Amino acid sequence: MNWSWLQELLSGVNKYSTAFGRIWLSVVIIFRFLVYVVAAERVWSDDQSHFECNTRQPGCANVCYDHFFPVSHIRLWALQLILVTCPSLLVVMHVAYREAKQRKRREAEGENCHRLYPDPGKKRGGLWWTYLLSLVFKVAVDVTFLYIFHRLYANFNLPRVVQCAEAPCPNTVDCFVARPTEKKLFTYFMVATAILCILLNLCEMTYLVAKRCWDNKIKKG
Amino acid sequence: MDWGSLQKVLGGVNKHSTSIGKIWLTVLFIFRVMILVVAAERVWGDEQSDFVCNTLQPGCKNVCYDHFFPISHIRLWALQLIFVSTPALLVAMHIAHRRHEKKRQLTSSEKVDIEELNKQKFHIQGPLWWTYTCSIFFRIIFEAVFMYVFYVMYDGYQMPRLLKCSAWPCPNTVDCFVSRPTEKTMFTIFMLSVSGICMLLNVAEMCYLVIKFCMKRKYEAGVPKGTFFFHSCPATRLSRERGGAEGLSLVGSILTFEKDFYQISGPPSMAYFKNLC
Repeated sequence: MNWSWLQELLSGVNKYSTAFGRIWLSVVIIFRFLVYVVAAERVWSDDQSHFECNTRQPGCANVCYDHFFPVSHIRLWALQLILVTCPSLLVVMHVAYREAKQRKRREAEGENCHRLYPDPGKKRGGLWWTYLLSLVFKVAVDVTFLYIFHRLYANFNLPRVVQCAEAPCPNTVDCFVARPTEKKLFTYFMVATAILCILLNLCEMTYLVAKRCWDNKIKKG
Repeated sequence: MDWGSLQKVLGGVNKHSTSIGKIWLTVLFIFRVMILVVAAERVWGDEQSDFVCNTLQPGCKNVCYDHFFPISHIRLWALQLIFVSTPALLVAMHIAHRRHEKKRQLTSSEKVDIEELNKQKFHIQGPLWWTYTCSIFFRIIFEAVFMYVFYVMYDGYQMPRLLKCSAWPCPNTVDCFVSRPTEKTMFTIFMLSVSGICMLLNVAEMCYLVIKFCMKRKYEAGVPKGTFFFHSCPATRLSRERGGAEGLSLVGSILTFEKDFYQISGPPSMAYFKNLC
């Protein structure tokens, strides 16, 4: 199991999405997943091995690294990407449920029975709510992770040197982070794409609600 | 999720591209992505671990490496390739949108072979011409921007053997040695040359599209409406067989160029009917 398995799962979501949803999926796959796999993972690969403290005290570097990097950026992004794509699977599951229900009815009542859903993939009724809920979850996940990042690494900043006084370090020692500038650039990039994805989701939510209100107005009129 | 998935997406765009576009895509994947993955990444693999400074001061090496290499060549190339491939996705999305619209129009009235619809080739005309041209324009811009960023960040394209560093906590100006500088310089020049070739291909493709459009407009302006264009098209052959004006009346419209002769017709201002051939 690796990222390509998730990508195959997500490709099925595409056909039930709006145009905004397809753009969101393209942004997630190209600018978040692909950048994460081909570039960001390598930058953080020697994160701990090149974290150097100005002391020969054994254990000091380990403790300081753990203090300043409780969860590595890379792991947080992996979690964020998995959680942000999961709500889309709700929509796929709902459509599959509708198709199964229709199939069972056809088996029970024959081919000429009344169709429950003229188009199981069309966002009407319950599926509209599922889709809207999935958008809300996606926004919530992205916002939560951005907040976690901001709390753990203030202003998404990665300093070159950190001052550490954790035991067993003998005094306040200087510890040097590996590739801080490159990491900072990639952090900003991933934050920017997360914000873009949040905006796309908000636009999609607005579009769905506005379209629904407009359709209802036409029906009443 | 890796370069292979990007290749799959862009491969779909390939069949709707011009010949120059197909060459560009081939050059991109063979001479840039593949070289990056199978060779360049190995060369830069030990860039930090083998970056050695002439001091025992802890942290000096880290700080000096960060000072001289704010972002690694490999990562810049990966970003460059991603950004340069992205405009082609605009074309892929436009084609997908057209297919979707066609599916919606056809499925209600007639039985349609979805496979056939998915395999159908769209000519670069109408709004798709604009999307395609814009995508080429953005590709050129992204290539130029990244080449400039490389030049500014690394003060030229050569990798020095020795760097002098006096950033804190280095006690004084220390000598730091880059690993494999010659090999890295060779690869940098190679990637730069291929970037340049890709840019030239994009410029050539754009010129080709614009010249075709101008020629079409000129031809349209020169040919009065109602004139029939004699061609090797069977419909005109048939009309010629039937003879004179009577035969011509069988072909009741201005013909477009044959499908397998011209791929690009230009923007929507031209009032051509569908090719009857």
